[in-house]
Amino acid sequence: MSRPRTFDLRAQPGFAFIALFTFFMLYLPIAALVVYAFNAGDSMAIWEGVSLRWFQAAASNERVQEAALRSAIIAICAASIATTAATMAAIATTRTKPYRGLTFKYAFINQPLMVPEIVTAVALLIVFSRIKVWTGYSGLGYLVAAHAAFCIPFAYLPIRARLESMDLTLERAAADLYATPWKTFRYVTLPLLRPGIIAGFMLAFVISLDDVVITEFVKSGGQDTLPTYMLGQLRRETTPEVNAIATVFLLVSLILVTAFFFINRRKA
Amino acid sequence: MASAAETARQAERADVRSRWLLSTPALLIILVAAIGPLFVMLAYSFMVKGDYGDVKFGQFSLDGWFSVFFSRDIFDDTVGLADAHLSIFWRSVKLSLITTLLTLGLGFPTAYFIATRPASTREVWVFLITIPFWTNLLIRTFAMQEVIRNEGILNTLMMWLGLIDRPVQLMYTDVAILFGMVYVYLPLMVLPLYASMEKLDFRLVEAGYDLYATRLRVLWRIIIPLVRPGIVAGSILVFIPSLGAYVTPRVLGGGKNMMLGNLIELQFGAGRNWPLGAALSITLMAIVMLALLVYVRNAARSGAQHV
Amino acid sequence: MPEKPDRNAIEVRNVSKIFGSGDARFAALDRVSVNIRENEFFTLLGPSGCGKTTLLRLIAGFDFPSEGEIFLYGDDIAPLPPFRRPVNTVFQSYALFPHMTVAQNIGFGLEMLGKPKAEVEARVTQMLKLVRMEQLAGRRTSQISGGQQQRVALARALAPQPKVLLLDEPLSALDYKLRKDMQIELKTLQHETGITFIFVTHDQEEALTMSDRIAVMSAGKILQVGSPRDIYDRPAERFVADFIGESNFLPAAIVSTAGNLATVRLASGAEIPASLPDGFAPKGDVSIVVRPEHAQLAKPEGAALAGTVETVVYLGTDTHFHLKLDSGEPFIVRRQNARGHTDRFVAGNRVGLLIPADSAQVLKD
Repeated sequence: MSRPRTFDLRAQPGFAFIALFTFFMLYLPIAALVVYAFNAGDSMAIWEGVSLRWFQAAASNERVQEAALRSAIIAICAASIATTAATMAAIATTRTKPYRGLTFKYAFINQPLMVPEIVTAVALLIVFSRIKVWTGYSGLGYLVAAHAAFCIPFAYLPIRARLESMDLTLERAAADLYATPWKTFRYVTLPLLRPGIIAGFMLAFVISLDDVVITEFVKSGGQDTLPTYMLGQLRRETTPEVNAIATVFLLVSLILVTAFFFINRRKA
Repeated sequence: MASAAETARQAERADVRSRWLLSTPALLIILVAAIGPLFVMLAYSFMVKGDYGDVKFGQFSLDGWFSVFFSRDIFDDTVGLADAHLSIFWRSVKLSLITTLLTLGLGFPTAYFIATRPASTREVWVFLITIPFWTNLLIRTFAMQEVIRNEGILNTLMMWLGLIDRPVQLMYTDVAILFGMVYVYLPLMVLPLYASMEKLDFRLVEAGYDLYATRLRVLWRIIIPLVRPGIVAGSILVFIPSLGAYVTPRVLGGGKNMMLGNLIELQFGAGRNWPLGAALSITLMAIVMLALLVYVRNAARSGAQHV
Repeated sequence: MPEKPDRNAIEVRNVSKIFGSGDARFAALDRVSVNIRENEFFTLLGPSGCGKTTLLRLIAGFDFPSEGEIFLYGDDIAPLPPFRRPVNTVFQSYALFPHMTVAQNIGFGLEMLGKPKAEVEARVTQMLKLVRMEQLAGRRTSQISGGQQQRVALARALAPQPKVLLLDEPLSALDYKLRKDMQIELKTLQHETGITFIFVTHDQEEALTMSDRIAVMSAGKILQVGSPRDIYDRPAERFVADFIGESNFLPAAIVSTAGNLATVRLASGAEIPASLPDGFAPKGDVSIVVRPEHAQLAKPEGAALAGTVETVVYLGTDTHFHLKLDSGEPFIVRRQNARGHTDRFVAGNRVGLLIPADSAQVLKD
C-alpha cells in the first residue's frame, strides 16, 4: 500500500544533499591519505598494490622515532602541568559570587585561544631566543612551557563545566558531616571532578600533540616533533612514508577523541 | 572568643586569598609563555633591526611600523605605499572572507541536517564533525593535497568524466589555499551553528507554515533570524584563524601565494627584519581583537535574549 | 508565667543576617531571638524569602550571622565552621554523595570524626535498620527511589548522633502520598531518637501535623512562637492568621479588657468576647479574626452580625458559604457536611451570624 506523501515540516530543499556531500568531502581526503599509506609503490600518485613497507620504513626511521618520542614527552609534560594548573584555576573561578578580578582571570586564562598562533609563535621566538642566549639552556623546557600555556584553556574548559554542574550542597553536606575543607576536597570534590580532569587532560594532550606553528618557532635545532618533522618533509617530494606517519597519528587522535566523547557522555 | 561577624570576615579574607593562590600557577604560566612575550614583541616593534636578525636592543626606531604601510625607494628615497605588504593584507582578508562564506554555505545546511535528525543519531553526526576538528591540522592540510594534486582525486575524476583532458594546476594557487582553509575550518562553522539550531523551537516553524509561509520564507524569516547568533559565532570562529593561517597557505600555496602569517614568518627568517615582523604581528592581532569584540558583543546580546 | 523546666538546646539571641551593602542592603534576618528546647520538634514556618532557611543555615554553620549569638547548650557556636558543630542537616535536595554507596554515605560523618572502623560499621548497620534500608546498603544512591534517598539522607544525618538535627524542607520533593507517610515516620523517628529536630517548611499543614512548637516567620522576623493549636486558634498577627488556615477579619472596637480577655464591639453594634494575645492590652479600634469553621449561620434576628449569602461552594467534606455582611465586609462560613443534609441556605438568603465565645481573637496589627 502506498502512503500519500506527507509534508515534512523540518525539511529544506537540498539541505540533506549538501550535508551528505559535506560529510563525504570531510572524510574523502583523509581516506585518500590513509589508502596511499598502504601503497606498495614509491609514488603518491600511482597505486601499485597493498603493502606495509612505508609503515616499516617510518618505524625504522630514527628521526621519526626521535620525533615521536619527543612529541610524546612534551605532550605528557605539558598536559600534566596544564591540567594541574587548570584544575586549581577552575576551583578558584567557579561557584563563587562574582568577585573583583574574576573577569580578568577568565580573560587571562582564555587569552591563548584569542591570539593567532603565528603571533604567539613569533613573540615566543623573540623572548626565548634571548633567554637561550642568556642562560645557555636550550632544552625541551621552552617547548613544554609554551605548550602548557596554550593547553591551559583547553584543560580548563571541561573541568570548569564539570565544576559548574556540580551541586554545591554536596560539599556543604560533607562539611556538615565533620569533613574539614581538605577532607571535603579529597573525598567529595576531587572524586566527582575526576571525569572533568581526565577529559581536560586528554584535550590538552591532543592539542599539544597536534601543534605545529608554535613548536616550529620555539624549537631549537634538532628538536623536531612529529608534526614539525612532517612539515619539513612536505617541503620536498614526499613518499608514502609521510602518509604512514600521518595514518598512525590519525589513529592516536581518533582513539583519544573517541575516549573523550564517551567520558563526556557518561557524565550526562 | 571571636564574634561570628569577625569569623565571617576572616573566612571571606581566607577565601579571597586561596582563590588567588589557586589561580597563580595558571596565570603565571600564561604570563610567562603567552601574554608576556606579546608585550616584549610590542617593544621590539619599536627598535632598530639587527643586521642578522634580532634587534639592536634598546635603540628606538619607528622603521618597523613605517614599513608595514610604506616603502622607501632604494634609489631615489621617495616614499610610497608598501604595495607588497598591502596586497598580502588584502589577499589575507579576501581569502578569509571567501573561506567564511564558503564554510557558511556548506555548514549551514549541514548543521541544519544534524539538528533535524532524531535525537538518537544526532550525537553520532556531531561526533563525525568533531573528529576532523580534533585531528591534526597539518595532516588535514596534507590530506587536502592528496585531493587537489595534479594526479589527485579531483583531477582524475574530472578527466574520467571528460570535463577536462589535461590536469588543472590547483596546487600553489589561491584556489588551493581556499580548498584547504574551507576544509580545515569547516567544523568551526558547523559546531556553533548546530549549537544554536539545536535550541531552535520547531513549533515556531510550524507556526510559520500555519501562517501560510512557504519553505523558503520559513527559512528566511524564521529559522535564519533565530539562529543568527550561531551564524555570527561560526563566521567569526572561521574568520579569525583564517586570517592568521600559516600552515595551510605554506603547504598548499607554496612560496609565492603568501598570507599574513607567512609574511610575518618571512621577517623572522630570510627577511631578517624583526621589528617589521613584530609590527605586522601586532597589526594582525589588532584586527583579530576587533573581530573578537564583535563576537563578544554578539554573544552578550544573544545571551541577554535567552534570559 | 510558669514555663516547663526544659533545657534549651538552641538559643538564638538577637541574630541578624545582612546581605549586600549600600542600597542593595537586605536583612534576611532582623534581630531574631528564639529558644528551642531539648527534644522538641520545632518548626520554622513561613513563605519563601522569610528567612527560615537563612536561620537554619546559620545554625548549621554554612553562613555566619552579621550580629548576634547562637548558643548550643550554652556554647556560642556562631563563629564555628560547620565541621566543628555537633549539628547535622538533612538537605532539601538530600545532597547524597553520588560516588558512594548507601552505606558509605551513612558512615561518612563518623569516618570524618575518625571513629574506629568497627564502630562505624556497627552504627551504619543500626541506622540502616532504623530507616528500614538494610537490603539496599550496597546500592549507589542514584539507584534508589526518592523516598529511599530521603531515608538515607536522614540516616546519614542521624548517624553521628548530633545534638540537633536540622531539616531543610526535606519532604518537598516527594509526592503527596509519600509525603504523608514520611511525616508520620519523621515524627516517630524523633520520638525514638530523642534528638531535637528543627524543621523548615512553607507547608502549614505539615507544620501543624508534626511540630511540638512552631515559629511563624515573615520578612526576616519571627512573628509568633507557639504550639500548633496556639498558632491556629490564637494567631497574634494578621499575617499569621492569614498564612495558616483561612480567616475572616473584622473591624472592632475594644469595650473593656480583663487579663487575656476583651469585650469588643462589632460594626453591627453587637458586643462579643474575644481573646487577647499574651501581654497585649489595646485600646480603641482593633481587628479581630474568626476562623470560618468557628462561626455559625443562624436566623438574622438576634444574631451578632447579619448579611446576605452570595455564593455557596460545595467541597465534599464541607460547604463554604460566602457572605456579604451588612457592614460591607466579606465573610466565609465553613460547615461540615452530613449525609442526607439539605441546605437551608442558598444564594440570596439573608442570614445571621453567630460567633461563639472563644472563637474571636484580637490581632496586634
